[in-house]
Amino acid sequence: MTLDKRVTEDDVVAELRDGMTIAVGGWGSRRKPMSLIRAVARSPLRDLTVVSYGGPDVGLLCATGKVSRVVFSFVSLDTIPLEPHFRAARQAGAVATTEMDEGMFLLGLQAAAWRVPFLPTRAGLGTDVPALFPGLRTVTSPYDDGEELIAMPAFDIDVALIHMHRADAAGNGQYLNLDPYFDDLMAQAARRTFMSVEEVVATDDLAAGGPPQSQLIPRVFVDGVVEAPFGAHFTECPPDYGRDEAFQKEYAASAKDPDAWQAFRARYVDVASHDEYRRAVGR
Amino acid sequence: MSGGGATTPATRAEVCVAALAETFRGDGEVVANPIGTVPVIAGRLARATFEPALLVADAPALIEGTPPVGDPDAGKTVAAWIPFRKMFDVVWSGRRHVIMGASQIDAYGNQNFALIGDPAKPKAQLLGFRGAPGNTINHKTSYWIPGHSPRSFVEKVDVVTGLGYDRAAALGPAGRFHRLGLVVTDLAVLDFDTPEHRMRLRSVHPWSSVDDVVAATGFELVIDGDVPTTAEPGAEALRLIREVIDPQGLRDREVPPS
Repeated sequence: MTLDKRVTEDDVVAELRDGMTIAVGGWGSRRKPMSLIRAVARSPLRDLTVVSYGGPDVGLLCATGKVSRVVFSFVSLDTIPLEPHFRAARQAGAVATTEMDEGMFLLGLQAAAWRVPFLPTRAGLGTDVPALFPGLRTVTSPYDDGEELIAMPAFDIDVALIHMHRADAAGNGQYLNLDPYFDDLMAQAARRTFMSVEEVVATDDLAAGGPPQSQLIPRVFVDGVVEAPFGAHFTECPPDYGRDEAFQKEYAASAKDPDAWQAFRARYVDVASHDEYRRAVGR
Repeated sequence: MSGGGATTPATRAEVCVAALAETFRGDGEVVANPIGTVPVIAGRLARATFEPALLVADAPALIEGTPPVGDPDAGKTVAAWIPFRKMFDVVWSGRRHVIMGASQIDAYGNQNFALIGDPAKPKAQLLGFRGAPGNTINHKTSYWIPGHSPRSFVEKVDVVTGLGYDRAAALGPAGRFHRLGLVVTDLAVLDFDTPEHRMRLRSVHPWSSVDDVVAATGFELVIDGDVPTTAEPGAEALRLIREVIDPQGLRDREVPPS
C-alpha cells in the first residue's frame, strides 16, 4: 500500500458528484482551502450543499451557481462583515438555507465525528432557529430533570475540504496559526477529506516546524493531500501570509454588477490551474 | 491630550463608552466579550476601574491589563489561549458576558441580526444567527445599538436570533440562565428592570431627551417618573479612554462628535 496521498485540485474535483454535501474548513475569511474551492467553482458540478463557518468559499460557490443549499450560522469576510456574493444569492432567492447557532454547528460536526445521531444543547431554544432549520427536533432528558433540549443532528458530510500549513505526503496535517478552527472535526466528520497545504514536508520535519499540538490531523482522517502554496489566498493564513485585503475588496466589489463579476471570474476563477491563479494575482 | 489639570468635556462617544461600561458592574470574575469598537473600549474601561476581575476576550486569547484598541503591535498579556472552539466552552459554562449589536430589538429584548424580510428570499441578508442563540440562553447579554431608530426598535423582530425575556420565560427552567444587561444606544440607556421585564428608559444622554427617545422607538417604552441624564465619565475614566485605551480616537468613528 502507498502512503503517498498527493493529488491535484483537479483530482479532488473528479471525486465529487452533483448533489454532494461538502464541508469547508477555516472560519470567515481565514485559512480557507481556496485553491480547491476555485477548482470546484470552475467545474461543471452543481446542486451542492455547502456546510461552512462561511466566508468567500460560500460566496464564490454561490456566485458560480454550484450551490443549492447553505448550512451556516454566518457568512462573513471579517473585515467586510457581510459576504456580498452570498448576500446577492440569498436576496435573489437562489439558495436554500439551514441556519443555526455557531455552537450548534460545532455539535453537528462533533456528533458526526463521534458517529452519534445528535448532541443536546440549550443553544437555539426559544429563538427562530427551529423555524429556519428544516427538520430540527428537540429531545427530553431521560434523567430526573426532564429538561427539553435541542437535539442537534449529526451533519451528513460526503467530503470535507480543509487547508493546513504543512502536511506529509501521507496526510498528517499541521496548523501553525493560533486557531485550529474546526478543521480536525470536519476531517473526522466527513466520509472523505481532502486537505490542501502550503507545503508538503517529510514527516520528521513536521515536529521541527511547530509544537506537538500543532500536529492536528492524523492521516487516518485524510484521503488526499494537495500541495498548494498560497492555497488559502486571499483569506489569511498566518504566519505564512496575512489576508490580501486589497484583493478581497476587489472580490467584494465584483458583486456589484454582472459585468464586474464576469471580468473577475474570467481573470481569477476560470483559470487552468492554481499555478495560473498565482500568476494572475502575482503571488 | 488632556492639557494640565483641565479636562475637556466628554464627547458623545465617551459618554456612550462610560454608559456601556456600567453594564459590567457587579459581574465579578467572568469573561468579558464585548463586540465592536465602543463595546471593546467599554469592557477595558470597566476592567481598568470598577471590575478588576474581568478577563477580557481578544481572540484567540483572554488578556489581562488594558492594552490600546486598534493597535495590532501593542503588547498584550495573554492569560489563556482561547480558539473559537474553547470559547463555546466558556459560553456554555455561563461565565461570560457578551455585548452584541442588533439590527432589530423589541420591548422584551428579542434581538435580530440575521436578515430582514422573508427568510426564503430576504430583503436584506444580514449576519445570520452567529452565536446569539447560545449566548442569550447561557449567560448575561448586553446590547450596543448606535443607530437608535424606529427601524431598529420595533414591535416585532423579523427573526429572533437572541432571546428576549418573554421567550425565555416561556421556556420555563430551560431559560433559567437567560439574563439581559443594559441596552445602550446613541440616544439613551435602557434596561429591563421592570416587573414584566419590558424595556425601560433608564437615562437619556445629555444631547438627547425623553421625547427624542420615544420618537425613535417603535414600541411603548416603560418610563417611570423623571428620567435622569446619563452620567458623564469622570476625569480618571476620560484619561483612561483618551490616553490608554483609545489614543487613536476610534470611538469617534462609531459615535461622531455632534
